[in-house]
This record gives sequence, structure tokens and C-alpha cells, in this order.
Amino acid sequence: MLLEALCIAQSHLWLPPNGSLHGVAVDRLMRWNLIAICICCLAAHFWLIAAMLRHKRDQTRSTAFRWTILAALCAMYIWMAVTAQHLWAASRYAGPSLEAMQVEVVGEQFQWYFRYPGPDAAFGSTRPNLVDAAAGNPLGIDSRDARGQDDVVSSVLVLPAGRQVDLRLRSIDVIHGFFVPGMRLKENTVPGLVLHVHFTPTTTGTYPILCSQVCGLGHERMQAVLSVVSPAEFDTWLATRSNAHAHAEAPTR
Amino acid sequence: MKLRLFTTHHRTLGILYLLLSLAAVTIGTLLSLVMRIHRVWPDSSLPLVGLLKPEDYLALVTMHGTLMIFFVLTIAPQIGFASLVLPEQIGARSMAFPRLNAIAFWIAAAALVLLLAAFFVPKGAPISGWTSYPPLSAVPAAGPGEGAGMDLWLASIGLFCLSSWLAAVNLLATILGERRAGMTWSRLPMTVWAWLVTSILTLLVFAVLLAAIVLLFSDRHFGSSFFIPAGDLVNGRIVGRGDGSPLLWLHLFWFFGHPEVYIAVLPGMGLATSLFANFARRRVPGYRVMAAMLVAIGLLGLVVWGHHMFVSGMNPYAGTAFALTTMAITVPSTVEVLGWLSMLWDAGLRAGGGLRFPTPMLFALGFLSFFIAGGLTGPILAQPALDSYLHNTFFVVAHFHMVMAMAGCFSIFAGIYYWFPLMTGRLMNETLGKLHFWLSIIGAWGTFFPMHFSGLAGEPRHYERLAGPATSFSGIVANERGITSAALFLAAAQLIFLWNIFVSALRGRIASPNPWQATTLEWAPPTAYAPINRGPYEYEIAVNEMNFNPQWESASKQE
Repeated sequence: MLLEALCIAQSHLWLPPNGSLHGVAVDRLMRWNLIAICICCLAAHFWLIAAMLRHKRDQTRSTAFRWTILAALCAMYIWMAVTAQHLWAASRYAGPSLEAMQVEVVGEQFQWYFRYPGPDAAFGSTRPNLVDAAAGNPLGIDSRDARGQDDVVSSVLVLPAGRQVDLRLRSIDVIHGFFVPGMRLKENTVPGLVLHVHFTPTTTGTYPILCSQVCGLGHERMQAVLSVVSPAEFDTWLATRSNAHAHAEAPTR
Repeated sequence: MKLRLFTTHHRTLGILYLLLSLAAVTIGTLLSLVMRIHRVWPDSSLPLVGLLKPEDYLALVTMHGTLMIFFVLTIAPQIGFASLVLPEQIGARSMAFPRLNAIAFWIAAAALVLLLAAFFVPKGAPISGWTSYPPLSAVPAAGPGEGAGMDLWLASIGLFCLSSWLAAVNLLATILGERRAGMTWSRLPMTVWAWLVTSILTLLVFAVLLAAIVLLFSDRHFGSSFFIPAGDLVNGRIVGRGDGSPLLWLHLFWFFGHPEVYIAVLPGMGLATSLFANFARRRVPGYRVMAAMLVAIGLLGLVVWGHHMFVSGMNPYAGTAFALTTMAITVPSTVEVLGWLSMLWDAGLRAGGGLRFPTPMLFALGFLSFFIAGGLTGPILAQPALDSYLHNTFFVVAHFHMVMAMAGCFSIFAGIYYWFPLMTGRLMNETLGKLHFWLSIIGAWGTFFPMHFSGLAGEPRHYERLAGPATSFSGIVANERGITSAALFLAAAQLIFLWNIFVSALRGRIASPNPWQATTLEWAPPTAYAPINRGPYEYEIAVNEMNFNPQWESASKQE
């Protein structure tokens, strides 16, 4: 408890503020687990030091005492496993709700891209040989696919507060790690695979997005910003982006 | 003892193995100091190395990890110490295959040279970390150091696999076939049980690593596509030909990588058991249970690799399965710790003494401290719900540096202080040894414990500087500076150790034949060939004034 109080006083040495729905339970679990193991660690060290300082050795602990401690510790491990698995099952066993907003996250050395499906709610197909960041097509969206015409690609992840998001994670080149500490969210983006994670941002604000899997010389520069805004602001932003996108695309067609 | 280079004598080879590890640990430590200093002062130029580029930092991380895990924590506690004392401990005259032992050593030495050569090829050492995840490691164009440097890394680790494999075959054959008459399973010192388990693990998992390395090498040079998916676009070129899977590498690598941790730490557990028994003058309570738990940890260690992959894209149900197998390992580990603590608590009850604290015992206690502190964060990291925040942050770095690196190194120190008389005929200086211990344990706690907090704050591994485009991590700068200072302190304390080895080997106190009043056979006089008829830890028995029965003394003599 003392340790925890100390850490919260030094709040930079604790988890950053949580902005997601499932993060509340994660933080609670993390706190209780850390407290439990801190107590165990301190108790074991007290025992160790007491044994080192002990001079009068006339009695021995009964084996029943040891079995009790072992049983208590096993009970603690079971509690840790059950509570954590419960949370894991709640956030990962089931897929996203049908109303969840779709956003694609694409990792590339050393940049994150975020793609919104646009009004048709479908992502256009992509092909690696069309990838050309200089020409404004960093994801290689195939212009022959009608579903991709209205796709919006952004380098900032903007999300409305209070709505579940279903992220579709991809990588163009090597394995990256999509890590949003403020959302208590981490999942690798793996080339050749499309992975899904879903979560609900609840608190508006900006949150750093980091790369958590070493991906080359620019690994620590591979960062982006998650901006959680009100639903109205989000709609405005997306509309602006769609128009800008349409205008930018028009001359090339 | 005269050190002859091309020898097949097991004890000399043990010393050579330990010297190889000493070279590797010295280089690995220096690399880590450069990393630590660069992290807190990223824009200042360092003497000798100059201004570090981001890829240089990653090359240092990769080489530090590879040196420490393979050439220090795999070699020294396993084949290093086993070559030194295993044949004597089981009453054999030599290893089962002395020449094979020498060949394995020279292959390991060649592997070390190849690895270090990676620093000197164009574009330098690989930057993909010791885990070498493809496609980063499979495509030379993916980054500097992924060309010739990565090829050297693969060649080095390939050779290392072969060397470990030969060493493990030798250990297993020696333990199974060379035990003296009467050296039954329940009379084996706990170190031998540990080497038995680690050599079985080595046979199983290094074979898989070698296969994975051959496949990766083939992807790089022979146009195969085991680990590169179709359409993979690296640095402007499509490199994916077939449809391989990067996840396959993760599975193969961690099937090796997790048991590897136990290969590094189980011998330390065996040694700590022996030392606690000796310096507590006490039998090992529940010897059979303690031995069985070592075996259980080894076997369970084969089915937990997925806990390194909770956020890798693995099926979430598999996450649950691997979390549960991992939690199961906490049970035998807890039994071991409780066994040690109660042994220490009941020290020398009937013999009328308490604990004794010569340097080897202090380091064994340090091992226990780190094993507890580092081990306890295991159940947190074993939970996918929590690991999906902590994965690849400094919390993990703190965890494995405490439970593997520090527990491992402290057990290696314990072994060197304890067996030094067998290497040189002399004892190491106790004053310097105790100074080394206290400075090391303060430095090691000061270095690795605060890393938990950087990790909780979300700081990922492999970041060459704290401030990035979207985040500053300014809140942990003070913490990080403290870690760097403690790391420098810890490294400086090791100079005492090096000095102690040097002066003690030349002018140390001449050791008596059994300086620690131990019961195990490596301390037996060379003429003792009688069959074994007693257990390895017969302390606290009031038959003679020393209150212990060495394994080499026959029962008839006592009557």
C-alpha cells in the first residue's frame, strides 16, 4: 500500500491515465496483483533476513506451517488466474459488437497509417505493388475497386468517445507493435495477417501511439497520436477529410 | 594448475568455458553501459564510441542480449560448472566423451568470435534483437546490420546450437552411464539433477532453434519463404515470394526461448540447494520433492512458450491455455522457495550452529532474493489481460533481468567462489568477496528494480531515447538516470571480482582438501574410490566432531 501511495504521488511512475472502458478493470486488476506480489516479496525477504539473524535455534517450524503457506499462495495464484482470465475472455473471446466503428491500422517502417472505410462502410482492396507514399497512396489502395474510392487515410487516429471501435491491424513490411498506453491496448501488426482488436475509448483527449516491437532503425520514432473527440467533432473531422480526399483525388483520375 | 589449451581434461575445459563466459560477460556489460548512458544523454558523444545512431543502439541491444543469454547464462551454469565438477560429483573419472567436450568448447569459442565479428562487417551488427523476428531478420534490406551482420549472427547461433547439443549429449551420457557404484538417483547432488533436466531440455529445444535458424538462413539466401508472407513490401521492394508466416518463427523461437530461461536458472537452483545445505549444516528437507520440482519446472517449461506471444496475433483461447500452463509453473517454483526458506530457518538445529556466511553463501542468498523478486512478477506477466499492457515494456526487462540475469549471475558468482579451490588450489579472498557481494546486490537492486516503474509508465523496450514524436516520457527521466547511475555502480563493483580472481589465483590462501566441509564428491581426496552408500547432504549427524558425513566415506568406517 505504501509503495502504491508512493507511486501515485510520483504519478509519472505509474500507469498513465486510462481513457478506455475496459481499462478501468485492467487498472484495478493490475493494482491488486501488484499489491499481492509486493506483500509476498516483502514477506519472503523478512523471512529470509529473520533466518539470517536468528541465533537461538531451539524449535523448528512444523511442516503443517509450510503446507499452509503453500496452500495460501496457490489460492492466490488461482485467484490471479481466474480474475485475469475473466477479463481476458470479456475483452477478447467475443468479437466486436455489430455497431462497432471499423478503422484499419497499418504499420510500415516507420509510420502508422489509419484508414476509415468512408460512407460505404467497406475498405477497398489494396495491393503491395501500388504502394507509393510519394504519390499519395501509402497503403496501395486499388483505384479499380469502387469500395476504396471513399476510403480516408490519416496519419492521426481520431475516434469518437463512447463508441466501440474494431481495429483491423495490418503491416506492410515487418512486425510492428501497436501500443496505446492510455487505452491499455497492445497488439502486433503482422505482415500477411489481418488481426482484430476492439475497445471503447471513453475519455476525450490525446494519447500517444507507440511501436512496441522492434522494427528497424526508426523504431522509437514510429509514433502517432490518438485523438479521442466528441461524436459531433468526429463527424465534422471525417466529413472534412472525405471532402479533402475527394478533391485531392479528383485531378488524378 | 597449468592451463593447457588443447586438452580433453574436463576440469581444464570447465575453466576454459568459464573464461569464455567471462570474456562474453565483460563485453556484454560494457555494451549495456554504453546503452544506459546513451538512453539518458542521447545527444552527447561518448568516448571511444562517439555519437550513437539509432541503429547503433539497436545493434548494442542485440549483441548484449545474444552474448549474455547464449555465451554467459547458457554456458557458465551448465557446461561450464558441469565440466568443472560433474564427473567428480557422480564419482566418475571423466566425462563420457572427453574429446566431444573439447570439440564442443572450441565450437562455442568459434561461435563467439563469429558473433563479435558482426561488429566489424559493413553496416555493423544486426538490429533485430536477440529474438530476431522476421521479416526484419529475413530481409537484408530491412535495416542496417541485417545483411552481413545478420548472417554472422545466424552462423554464430547455429554453431552455438551444435555446441550446446554436443555438450548436452555428453552431460546426459555422463549422468546416465558414468555414475559410480552406489550413486543412486536419490544420492545425486541437486546440481546433478539440475544438469540432468537442463541437458534434456537442451537436446529438445536447441534442435528446434537450429532448424529455425536453417530455415531463416534459407529464406535469406536460397529463395525460400518460410517466414516471409506473400506480397511483403520491404524498403520499396516486394520480397514475399511464397506465403510464409512470421508467426511460425515466433513459435519455433519461443519453443526454444522459454526453456532456455530454465536452462540458465535451474543449475543455479541446484547449486543454491547444495550451498544452503552446506552452510546451514542441514539436510535438504524433502530432497525427493525438491528434485521432483526441478524436473517438473523443466517439463512444464516446454509447454509455456506462448506466454511470449499474447499480443502476437495468436488465438485468444491459446492465450488462456498458455496462461494456465504458465501459472502452473508457479507451484513447483513456490515449493522450491519455501523449501529453501525453511532450510535456512531451521539451520543447524541439532548441530547447534546457525547459518554461516562465507562469500559463496552470500551469493546464494542473493540468488534467492532475485529469484523471489523476479519470479513474483511472473504471475502478472503470465496474464494476457495484464501482459497486453506490460508486454515489451521495461516491466518485462526488469522481470527477466531479475529472475534470469541477476539470479543467474549471482548463482554463477556463488559457484566460482565455492569451487575456486578446485580450479586453483587456493581460496578467494573473503574480504574482497564480501565487499563484492554487498556492492553488487545494492547495485543490482538499484539497477533493475526501478525498471518496473518505467515499464508501468509505458516505456517500451528497444527505445534509444525517451522523447519521441508523440511522447516525452519526461516523468521517468529521473528514474532512468538513477538506473544508469546504479548500472555504472554495479559494473564498477565487478572490478573487485576481477581483481579478486587475479590476486587469489596467484597469491590466495592455500585451500585445505575440503575447505567448506562439504559432503559432495568433488571435494573427495583423489584416492577415494569406494562405492557410494550415503546421500549427498548428510549434515547435522553427530558421528564425528565435524557433524557431517561426506559421500566418499564408507559406512563401515564409521562403525
